[in-house]
Amino acid sequence: MNDSAPSVPDAAASAVPDVIRVEGVTKVYHMGSQTVHALRGIDLSVKRGEMIAVMGHSGSGKSTLMNMLGCLDVPSAGTYYLDGVRVNGLTKNQLADLRNQKLGFVFQGFNLLARTSALENVELPLLYDRSGKKRDTRAMAKHSLDRVGLGQRVDHHPSELSGGQQQRVAIARALVTEPTVLLADEPTGNLDSRTSLEIMALFQELNEQGITILIVTHEPDIACYAKRLVEVRDGHILRDEPMANRRSASEDLRALGTENLSP
Amino acid sequence: MKKATLLKVATQSILKNKMRTFLTMLGIVIGVAAVIVMVAVGYGAQSSIEKQIGALGTNMIMIMPGASAVGGVNQGAATFNRLTPADYEKLQRESLMLSGISPVVFTNAQAISSQGNWRTRINGVSTDYQTIRDWPVDEGTFFTEPDLRSARKVAVLGKTVAKNLFPNGDAVGQQMQIRDVPFTVVGILRPKGQNAGGQDSDDIIVIPFTTAQGRLSGRQRVGQIIASASSPNDVPAAQEEIRSILRESHRLGDGEDDDFTIRNQDEIAAAASSTTKVMTLLLAAIASISLLVGGIGIMNIMLVSVTERTREIGIRMAIGARGSDVLTQFLVESVAISMLGGLIGVAIGFAGAWLVGHLTGWSTVTPPEAVLIAVAFSAAVGVFFGFYPARQAASLNPIQALRYE
Repeated sequence: MNDSAPSVPDAAASAVPDVIRVEGVTKVYHMGSQTVHALRGIDLSVKRGEMIAVMGHSGSGKSTLMNMLGCLDVPSAGTYYLDGVRVNGLTKNQLADLRNQKLGFVFQGFNLLARTSALENVELPLLYDRSGKKRDTRAMAKHSLDRVGLGQRVDHHPSELSGGQQQRVAIARALVTEPTVLLADEPTGNLDSRTSLEIMALFQELNEQGITILIVTHEPDIACYAKRLVEVRDGHILRDEPMANRRSASEDLRALGTENLSP
Repeated sequence: MKKATLLKVATQSILKNKMRTFLTMLGIVIGVAAVIVMVAVGYGAQSSIEKQIGALGTNMIMIMPGASAVGGVNQGAATFNRLTPADYEKLQRESLMLSGISPVVFTNAQAISSQGNWRTRINGVSTDYQTIRDWPVDEGTFFTEPDLRSARKVAVLGKTVAKNLFPNGDAVGQQMQIRDVPFTVVGILRPKGQNAGGQDSDDIIVIPFTTAQGRLSGRQRVGQIIASASSPNDVPAAQEEIRSILRESHRLGDGEDDDFTIRNQDEIAAAASSTTKVMTLLLAAIASISLLVGGIGIMNIMLVSVTERTREIGIRMAIGARGSDVLTQFLVESVAISMLGGLIGVAIGFAGAWLVGHLTGWSTVTPPEAVLIAVAFSAAVGVFFGFYPARQAASLNPIQALRYE
């Protein structure tokens, strides 16, 4: 483990298999004659049901880590196990299938397909499913939209939805395949503070239901809703500890609501 | 991805840019329509030539004096006029495979009637001429065997001649003169229209060859002998039979070349239609260039589309689309555009072919297989010109694609 994370209960909880296990991962980019060490030896393990905030400044390597965890990129060295599958050495197609079956992505810019209804956006990952088990894709997409509280807006196009609603559609899309891990990259970066709270409340609610969530953010206000904090700096994990003062987003939202009501 | 889903995705993105899709499609539409119109014009010319050659007669064999080669030196037909009435009589007597035979004595002369005059071709023939040329009379009768034997001065007129000599109609039974020789009109031939060479077949007067030799030309030469075989299959054997009879008649030794030329209708048809086939091919080739240009238009737009939708491609890849999924999606799109363009092009091509035929009076024939070929070809254009952009899309790096603004 990393030098600065003594409190993570790694060995104690080893009975529960890790959904993410990263060992000594490095990533080196060659840009012309320059060599950039984006990751310099990362060790990380994530248990089922965790909610982790990955923090770091731009250039810290957190985006590279996120791409790696998201199977969009492969490490230069070290090993990465996702839900027991060794990711290193997989082909592009295998990586695509892994993303489809085990990961759900939520992006800062929502990344919904324009001029495509909410339902069809959510249905999209199921259409790329190759296991052949996902049959009633419509019903599954509808159910997923119900889970994020958008069951009434299935036919709306992204342009007809607010930012918060678009992000909910994106979360529904991430959830529809019942992934092992939900990866959120600055999910509240494009949202106002109230809507950000709503989205964080939704993440906390989903986490309560047992979904493993990993949120990349640079805002401490957002990170404080996670259960565990991982701070990345210069390609190393600087800090990996349980969140000291974890807050409840729904409570904060309620407080905000009463503030607004009483002038 | 399922086929239905692929089609749906393609349709959606095609419909998102209606104007652009329409303009892209236009290239293929024009290409396919041009190919179809050109092929229709070419086929029309071919079929009308075939029809005209068919109108020459049934299983017809033509014997012309002279040979195309004498001792290795090409002479051209009719170099030495060595066909005589005796040849005709010998053929008529000895041949077993011919259902009809007639000499043709050619003359050009001024014909005069009480109502007008007209310069025309005069063919002196036998009674078999009617069946060989498959040319019945419309009014009156053809001249008879007794007319032929007695060299009577009777004439059968082509429609054009009848119209010019007897504008008031009722030509049958009337008197007329050819080179001061009085003739009685006994019949009028059914109109045949233009022949393969563009001549008016109906500008003709047919008289007994005996009369032609005795009263008009005075020569004992025969310009041509025409015959017909009993059936199409007998044509080659009949030609061989004619050849051996004529060689005997002309007393040609074993080493000597034929001093006559025998050709059948199929040979004439093949020569004529090979010209139009080349023309059709040429027209279609020129039209295909516009199809090629249309294909390049598709490629161009697909490349733009891939760049524009880089982010979409990134999203699709992030949520699990394989490279092949993306490739197929863009290929289906370009094939859909080109095939739809092809179908519209077929419709416009048919309409255009009809219009061209209507306006110019040419016969246009649209072969049904042209539709299949056009649609298949436009699909191939879609695959060919869509592949490169689709591969560009499939080879995108998802991380960079997602970051693309």
